Amino acid sequence: MAIDFQRVAPRTHRARVGRKRSIWLRIHLDPWLLSILVLLISFGLVVLYSASGMSTSTTMAQASRMGVALLGAIVIAQFSPVTLLRWTPVAYGAGLLMLVAVEIMGDIGMGAQRWLEIGPLRFQPSELMKIAMPMMLAAYLHRRPLPPTWRDLLVCGVIVGVPVLLIARQPDLGTSLLVTCAAVFVILLAGLSWKFIVTLVAMAGGAMPLLWINMHDYQRQRVLTFLNPESDPLGAGWNIIQSKTAIGSGGLEGKGWGLGTQSQLEFLPERHTDFIVAVLGEEFGLIGMGTILVLYLLLVARGLVMANNAQDTYGRLLAGSIVLTFFIYVFVNIGMVSGILPVVGVPLPLVSYGGTSSVTLMAGFGILMSIHTHRRLLTH
Amino acid sequence: MRKRRENIKNHELEARVFRNRSLVAALVIVLMAGALVSRLFYLQVIEHDVFITRSDNNRMRVEPLPPRRGLIYDRNGKLLAENRPTYNLTIVRERVDDLDTTLQRLIDILDLPEDEVATFRERSRQRQRPYQPALLMSDLTEGQIARLAVNRYLLSGVEVEAQLMRYYPDPIVMSHVLGYVGRINEEELAELDSGDYAGTHFIGKTGIEYTYEDQLHGKAGLRKVETNARGRVLRELDRDSPVPGKDITLTIDSRLQHMAYDLLDGRRGAIVAIQPKTGDILAMVSAPGFDINKFVTGISYDDYRALQQNLDLPLYNRAVRGQYPPGSTIKPFEALAALQDGVVKPNDVIYDPGYFQLPNDTRRYHNWLRWGHGRVDLERALEVSNNTYFYTMAYRLGIDRLSSFMHQFGFGEVTSLDVQGAAPGLMPSREWKREKYNQVWYPGETLSAGIGQGYFMATPLQLAAATATLANHGHWVRPHLAKRIGDQVIEPPFADTKPDVQVNQARWWQDVYKGMEAVLQGSEGTARKAGAGLQYEMAAKTGTAQVFSLGQNQKYDADELTERLRDHALFIGFAPVEDPQIALAVIVENAGGGVSGLGRELTDAWLLPDGELKNRPGTTVNEEVESIDGD
Repeated sequence: MAIDFQRVAPRTHRARVGRKRSIWLRIHLDPWLLSILVLLISFGLVVLYSASGMSTSTTMAQASRMGVALLGAIVIAQFSPVTLLRWTPVAYGAGLLMLVAVEIMGDIGMGAQRWLEIGPLRFQPSELMKIAMPMMLAAYLHRRPLPPTWRDLLVCGVIVGVPVLLIARQPDLGTSLLVTCAAVFVILLAGLSWKFIVTLVAMAGGAMPLLWINMHDYQRQRVLTFLNPESDPLGAGWNIIQSKTAIGSGGLEGKGWGLGTQSQLEFLPERHTDFIVAVLGEEFGLIGMGTILVLYLLLVARGLVMANNAQDTYGRLLAGSIVLTFFIYVFVNIGMVSGILPVVGVPLPLVSYGGTSSVTLMAGFGILMSIHTHRRLLTH
Repeated sequence: MRKRRENIKNHELEARVFRNRSLVAALVIVLMAGALVSRLFYLQVIEHDVFITRSDNNRMRVEPLPPRRGLIYDRNGKLLAENRPTYNLTIVRERVDDLDTTLQRLIDILDLPEDEVATFRERSRQRQRPYQPALLMSDLTEGQIARLAVNRYLLSGVEVEAQLMRYYPDPIVMSHVLGYVGRINEEELAELDSGDYAGTHFIGKTGIEYTYEDQLHGKAGLRKVETNARGRVLRELDRDSPVPGKDITLTIDSRLQHMAYDLLDGRRGAIVAIQPKTGDILAMVSAPGFDINKFVTGISYDDYRALQQNLDLPLYNRAVRGQYPPGSTIKPFEALAALQDGVVKPNDVIYDPGYFQLPNDTRRYHNWLRWGHGRVDLERALEVSNNTYFYTMAYRLGIDRLSSFMHQFGFGEVTSLDVQGAAPGLMPSREWKREKYNQVWYPGETLSAGIGQGYFMATPLQLAAATATLANHGHWVRPHLAKRIGDQVIEPPFADTKPDVQVNQARWWQDVYKGMEAVLQGSEGTARKAGAGLQYEMAAKTGTAQVFSLGQNQKYDADELTERLRDHALFIGFAPVEDPQIALAVIVENAGGGVSGLGRELTDAWLLPDGELKNRPGTTVNEEVESIDGD
């Protein structure tokens, strides 16, 4: 990956672009990114077929959903970053408004409320925020000289804090953390000084007990279960124990496609959604796990290269944040299923069954391609 | 230049910073991916064995296969106890989305009466291992099963399970013979071999089901199955078949048993009939009986209370546990004792003035006929059941010799081979009274014992066994209920059989038989009405046992006494005298008298080729037996 990254250094690239504008650039798509995406999605569908108990209808539903999401990415890629930048405050503002609406409806309806229903459409505003948040931050920092100053950070803090608090209150701790992540990546990539980063990390450490106090019982339970899953093997610890057993029993080569006893005999909970990677681990072994990890890393590497080729700060920061957040999804999901992170309900990107998060992710990749392919030839 | 750097963006610098930062990010990503890979390596390679074992334990389960309980037949092959598939309703709470809704649906579907709803709800909350089915209701009707099947899609987590349950086709008449099986309780569970009883829910509680539990039960098998997380069996991996319990054929003839039960005609009483040569118990009736099938499924509290509070004590097995004063029925045995001990000769005549007096005592021990029978020898004493004669014999023998001779006929002992709960009765003796009451034995008590009253107690089974032994010229065969267990035939000689009763002169047996035949056929015989038109030779003896003791000069008047204070009526007998086929004892509580006819009807039925028995149902049912045996 590192080699790949160095080879495509910006200077040489600029020269190459000048020489020939390929067909790909003209249709605003990236062949590398698309190929890796298609490979990942295909592998995901193979696993899903087994994880859904050989359900053709489930697999077909997911395949068409991924197809639509991919199409959406291609459409988004046609908009230029300038357009995106122009619409950024609108997207952020709309997201914020909808979060407030959810908050109000949640107060009326009691309990957890994440959905907003507009006519026949059900929409999760926190999903929009996953994209709108880094867009807004990147847009803000785009106008500021970098590295960001204290005042910039304060403004960023407000841009991040309000929606994150609203999401956390839903309560959806997982998503609020991921949105925070996306924001933090923008700021880090913008060149926040290392001194400041160390101070922030120390402060975050200090804030842990505060976080604990403000957690819901079920959230605390998840953390406790994570620390000692065996304490409640038939209740809260069941998921982790069963997924570890599934992965561990897969061994090096796995039990074979559709032959995982943990998965097929329903010991594994949520086997086609959040815990699908355990099915992969059981049926395809360490080799299968390695394969999917390599695919993810290739995707991330390509993404980072594309981010580095972006021509302005907005594009760079946004693309970088999208790529890094994507990897965080992968890491958190596999980490949680293999028992080194708490169970937070994050699906495995592009593989887990489900529509909402795939659409968001694909939109991100669409933005990535838009940033990469819409270039003006700049002269200093 | 400096000013520009502060206010205007430096694109070159920003691109460089970004490049550096993304390099750092790439490094961190590689490290994180490395962490995931090491974790996966740890799980999938290093700890692989641990997890493969855990995954196998997850999916594989060893299930017990309960054996089929042995069937029970009567001596003619009529089925008395079988196993019927019944359907139970179970629920796995972990699979139910909304317990209250599901329960309400079930209550509607099953059309449960109000009073059962509470129990039903309570059962659903019973603590269970996760994913283990809880029993909601047993013995579903076909209609209920059909309605459940139709509504199945509404009832996730609800299952109908088939289970073999004991069923008794003839539950009331056979109740005290068969006993019943019931759910294993905690006490029993502690004593059982958990391997043999794995998967078995029922155990014999009383009667034959209890006595032959080991043979009837069989041995549990095992099977290894693959299950899913819900515990549903998907595939059988390995199987060790159970050994079914042995079938048992009883000595009981259900036709005779039915006839005896019918003859008691709703009165409280007991009849035991024994085949003297083999010790086969042909009939063993205790009336009233009760429905043993109710005890299998678990009797309701109300039903049980009703049985317990019933004044007729249906749960009480009078035939083997009912200890009654045997009254005059002991006179034939006592006569033999007197002959054997030389205190009388068959033709010795004793004068009966209507009472007996002990030397130097003014108290009169009355004969039942107040004015006396006059001159009586042994035969006439038995024929008219003369008390004075036997007071004299008892006085001459003394309690010690009387008691020890009566013991030879099994009085005061349990002699049966396999009758559960048989009581020993009571043959009083000097030592017994000293131990029990720390009192000396009074001569008057010897006289009471001599007419089967006072402390003397015997069960109907003991009377029948003693009668069978008498019919056998003193040869003992232990009475028993099992005729065949599996392939093994149960026949004499049995271990621990009492020594035969020996008398010095064999003709004394005949002397006693003659007296007993006169009971039925003599002009003064106490059962002459019952003996009219007898087509074979039969020996018998009647008896009454006092429930209500009379004062010295009171006269007994059956009409004046309430029914429950009337005397118990007894009868013993055997026939034919030369080649005894059947010996029996009959006791009807508070009958006042006149039960000899019952005995006669039973022997008629058993012995006469065109007797009533032949016309009763259940003569030959072998075809039916085979078809049931086949499955």
